[in-house]
Amino acid sequence: MGGGWAIVVHGGAGVDPNLPVERQEDAKRLLTRCLNLGISALRSSLPAIDVVELVVKELESDPLFNSGRGSALTEKGTVEMEASIMDGPKRRCGAVSGLTTVKNPISLARLVMDKSPHSYLAFSGAEEFARQQGVELVDNEYFITEQNVGMLKLAKEANTILFDYRIPETCNALVESPLQMNGLPISIYAPETVGCVVVDKQGRCAAGTSTGGLMNKMTGRIGDSPLIGAGTYASHLCGVSCTGEGEAIIRGTLAREVGAVMEYKGLDLQDAVDFVIKERLDEGKAGIIAVSRNGEVACGFNTTGMFRGCATEDGFMEVGIWE
Amino acid sequence: MGWAIALHGGAGDIPLSLSPERRLPRETALRHCLQIGIAALQAKRPPLDVVELVVRELENNPNFNAGRGSVLTDKGTVEMEACIMDGKTKKCGAVSGLSTVVNAISLARLVMEKTPHIYLAFDGAEAFAREQGVETADGSHFITPENLERLKQAKEANRVQIDFTQPIQKDEKKRTPTPDGDSQLGTVGCVAVNSDGNLAAATSTGGLVNKMIGRIGDTPIIGAGTYANNRCAVSATGKGEAIIRGTVARDVSALMEYKGLSLKEAAAYVVKESTPEGTVGLVAVSNEGEVTMQFNTTGMFRACATEDGFSEIGIWQM
Repeated sequence: MGGGWAIVVHGGAGVDPNLPVERQEDAKRLLTRCLNLGISALRSSLPAIDVVELVVKELESDPLFNSGRGSALTEKGTVEMEASIMDGPKRRCGAVSGLTTVKNPISLARLVMDKSPHSYLAFSGAEEFARQQGVELVDNEYFITEQNVGMLKLAKEANTILFDYRIPETCNALVESPLQMNGLPISIYAPETVGCVVVDKQGRCAAGTSTGGLMNKMTGRIGDSPLIGAGTYASHLCGVSCTGEGEAIIRGTLAREVGAVMEYKGLDLQDAVDFVIKERLDEGKAGIIAVSRNGEVACGFNTTGMFRGCATEDGFMEVGIWE
Repeated sequence: MGWAIALHGGAGDIPLSLSPERRLPRETALRHCLQIGIAALQAKRPPLDVVELVVRELENNPNFNAGRGSVLTDKGTVEMEACIMDGKTKKCGAVSGLSTVVNAISLARLVMEKTPHIYLAFDGAEAFAREQGVETADGSHFITPENLERLKQAKEANRVQIDFTQPIQKDEKKRTPTPDGDSQLGTVGCVAVNSDGNLAAATSTGGLVNKMIGRIGDTPIIGAGTYANNRCAVSATGKGEAIIRGTVARDVSALMEYKGLSLKEAAAYVVKESTPEGTVGLVAVSNEGEVTMQFNTTGMFRACATEDGFSEIGIWQM
């Protein structure tokens, strides 16, 4: 027991219970692909921080989840992305917000950590830094998917009426939907954030989180994903990434909380995650993934589902959505 | 139990040789802001109102690094940020990248109360400010000659500095005061608790001298520079990057909760054990009316008072 590498990935918490099976299968395939990418990197002894960046890049590049390409849209129909990354051993960190042309926000967050004197850059300053660093830049349109354009329209309408539907074009029912996330009916809500936490063979933990944010958000809105201690945290003990209702995660300083109860209360990883989900969310809804320096993995969520997958060095591997 | 309040005007390498011309206006300001906070608590204003009021006063004072008197970015502009948190509800509001809003802390409060979000930044925050009709002014309101000088020096030294840092000497042991070389400014903040045990925290800043455009520090990050729950309220100041990775404000409360430390012990632990020397200062109050002000830097402009009549104003270690 203890030791060995481990990896957990997530594609967001708060899943529509009526999500078409086809989309569920697509999600599981993507999570599996990302896990396998992480696993081979870990097998070839890539450090945890590099594995986290690699895997989150893969999640950002796929339009399925709400990050990078496939990001949720602002109220203006544009994309504003944010991300953060943290390296456990020395608790170095990097974060970015308000990105509109950077293809891989997590990589820019990494560069902020490694190549700038600061921890967090945002909006035009972050974009300027991106240009200086020569990272890959694309038009904002690259990130926008037809599906999300449809979702935005419905989110705006949902401000007055609640809809229950599956696919934008086939909506024809007007049903009161009690299931909501962040003020949106679950069917419109785009589970926010992708994330990855890793511990490598040397016991080094790292964590990374990336997102397009809340559908129909005000421009300039920053959520929990780029906030160290809220959406992302890593120390010598653990690596943590959170997803769900941004406000609840920020107020609960959720990611740091997992680390704090391990450090100060001596809880083990799963107990820490369970404690935080149970005691630190009040009315909020969120999910957490975590790894410990001992090679353990843990997940917890009080939402309807969380897209996730995990693997450990002893061969264990699992991908799931529901409880 | 009675009310308690503490406020700060920044922690850092404040030289012991600080001249009276630089020291007295700040001491006067600290005293004045403390009085304002005390009067508000005596008038039974909620702690959230008290911390906002006091921080507004500090923002309006050009001697501190917030609002008017904010330090400058590498392009000579101001980018201000602030954060406010209500301990009872754990509701919070934060703003970053403001360039025209006279009182960033009040905009942070409006984000908390008037939007479904917690944190707005840059153009989006400025647009919201206009919608809300808050007081705005152009750059000249915020930029002071002292800060233009600090920026010039920082560029010459080619390094980002907490605004207190002495100008770079070849021999670091020498401490030759240079004219206008002091940068005894820092973040401003206030924490308060009323006799019902309700707590609030507020922090505001212009950030780091010569910072990159778009750089966000610890101030608007809940759990780093600012935090309040039903146990304590904390406002931190110092080197942003250290405060972020140390989740300083949250850790004070976490240590009380999970290790049973007292407010003073928890603050001491964070300032002495969890963060590097010379990087952090904080003020905190607890739900039992205790107050503490601690720092691992040379000094921290600070003031506090409790209902039983105790009050203190200070700069260096007592």
